[in-house]
Amino acid sequence: MASSDELIHLESITKVYGAGDGAVAALQDFTLTVATGESLAVMGPSGSGKSTLMNILGCLDTPTSGRYWFAGQDVSRLNETELAHVRNRRIGFVFQQFQLLPKLSAWRNVELPLLYRNVRDRRSLALQALESVGLSNRVDHRPSQLSGGQQQRVAIARALVTNPDLILADEPTGNLDTASSRDVLAVIRELNEQGRTIIIITHDPEVAPVAKRTVHVRDGRLVEQVAA
Amino acid sequence: MSLFKTIETGLSSLLGHRLRSVLTTLGILFGVAAVIATVGIGQASSDSVTARITSLGTNLLTITAGSSVSAGVFGGAGSANTLSMSDVQGLQDQQSAPDIAAVAPVSQGRATLVDGSTNWSTTVSGSTDGWLVTNTRTLGSGTFFNANDVATRTQVIVLGATTAANLGAGVGDIVLVKQIPFQVIGVLAPAGSQGFGNQDDLAVVPFTTAQDELFGGGVQRILLSATSASTIGSAYLEANQILLQTHHITNPSQADFTITTQTQVLSTAQAVTQTLTILLASVAAISLLVGGIGVMNIMLVSVTERTSEIGLRKALGATPLDLFRQFVIEAGMLTALGGLLGVATGLAVGYVVPRAANIAVHITPLPVFVAVGVAVAVGLVFGVYPALRAARLAPIEALRAQ
Repeated sequence: MASSDELIHLESITKVYGAGDGAVAALQDFTLTVATGESLAVMGPSGSGKSTLMNILGCLDTPTSGRYWFAGQDVSRLNETELAHVRNRRIGFVFQQFQLLPKLSAWRNVELPLLYRNVRDRRSLALQALESVGLSNRVDHRPSQLSGGQQQRVAIARALVTNPDLILADEPTGNLDTASSRDVLAVIRELNEQGRTIIIITHDPEVAPVAKRTVHVRDGRLVEQVAA
Repeated sequence: MSLFKTIETGLSSLLGHRLRSVLTTLGILFGVAAVIATVGIGQASSDSVTARITSLGTNLLTITAGSSVSAGVFGGAGSANTLSMSDVQGLQDQQSAPDIAAVAPVSQGRATLVDGSTNWSTTVSGSTDGWLVTNTRTLGSGTFFNANDVATRTQVIVLGATTAANLGAGVGDIVLVKQIPFQVIGVLAPAGSQGFGNQDDLAVVPFTTAQDELFGGGVQRILLSATSASTIGSAYLEANQILLQTHHITNPSQADFTITTQTQVLSTAQAVTQTLTILLASVAAISLLVGGIGVMNIMLVSVTERTSEIGLRKALGATPLDLFRQFVIEAGMLTALGGLLGVATGLAVGYVVPRAANIAVHITPLPVFVAVGVAVAVGLVFGVYPALRAARLAPIEALRAQ
């Protein structure tokens, strides 16, 4: 069972897509534990099942079988609305495509997750989060007026604004040049140093060293664990 | 997400697609305006029909000759000449018919009136001095013929205002009807052209003169006037009783005459205009439905376009209910706006059409509220399906759509 310093505990997770002869197992008997405050890189080529893993870790999808404890709560059998609450309160997402809404200013984008939990002082919380990623002077800019690196930092601020237990980054540097990548990875490393649990999904060997631990996924299974 | 924030988000999304929102709103606008305007026109024509018939006098009863029966085959109403002057005399009996104020037999036909070099073809009625009262008419000039004129077959004629004007004839002139000279003794005051047919284009002569000199035949109709609107019922019963007796009919179902009251005519006419109004309003309601389908269409497009936004909002913690509400409210706002603008347009039509096209429009509050209510309901109903689609999108798939 989950112990108190375990933030994430996956136990024999299997995820099957489709049914009958066309059924494909994207994850098979997958077991993984992530401690609170840890930083973890999940590596694997495309088709390895790492996207499926990310969806399950992020409570965007539920496993076909197996158990998933998140902060001591079994989330593998929750319904859509309950999962939405877990995502809103406990997980911050950073996506490869940034996923900022183009018509909203930076701070309005950062404010979004707060709209779904009826928080007051949304603006001051959003400004605080933007400040922590070094964008205090860009709060009223639209995404199109920001560089790729700045957009991804807005996305990180949006992930941070709810003060989540976990930051889940899916190829966070996939759309960035080298300088911006370094920038964004530095922000992520800093967050981890402040005690935030980080999981980075990537296929890029240069990104993985940001995390203290790296795991490899191949054909839906965990193949090796490397301690950095 | 708070309701206020949901509305704000919806508003900014609608403003983000201004042209599309306006076009969608137009569909609802025209539907609502059409319902309001057509019901308004229907209401106005119903009002005017009621007014016209009421102006004929609600205490008027008309007796028409009943169907003839020959070898068991019933002819149409009026096909038999079953009414006579003795019926008229019977109905004038104050003792057996105390609720009948006036009686007038009518026998009419078309004839050409000639005054010098002008001629005019019109309806000529043979009647008695009761004609004026039963038809609730008044004289513009001159006099009407009296019982003595009827008894002595005087060759006098009373003209309708239009007829007199067309002939250029006035009181004292002589006009020829079927080559027979008649002296004009009176011209009726105009009743207005509001009636079935023009009530000012006619001529009246003494019944007996018409019988002997013009048409022959018997009494086609008998007009009765009850003492008041409230005694129509008893006047009806008295007339029925007298005619059954004088015609020696024991079984009322075999009566050879028919008595109709103005109230019956009124309710028939009202039923007709009501049916027309419903017909028009249904056509308008269909256009409202089409507008609703337009809303659904645009909401489906919107859901498809915003798939990745929906995915993002879900990842950030929006529940299916949040998204459902978001899209239903957007659809509701489109139709509510269309509905309100539709009311404004409908009222504008109600203001402009009577002035520009001389068509009366009478707008009552009920259809306005019903049309707006239906418009909003249509938006919500047609918004539900697209909103469900949005709510049911799987967040991962939605995020993947870029």
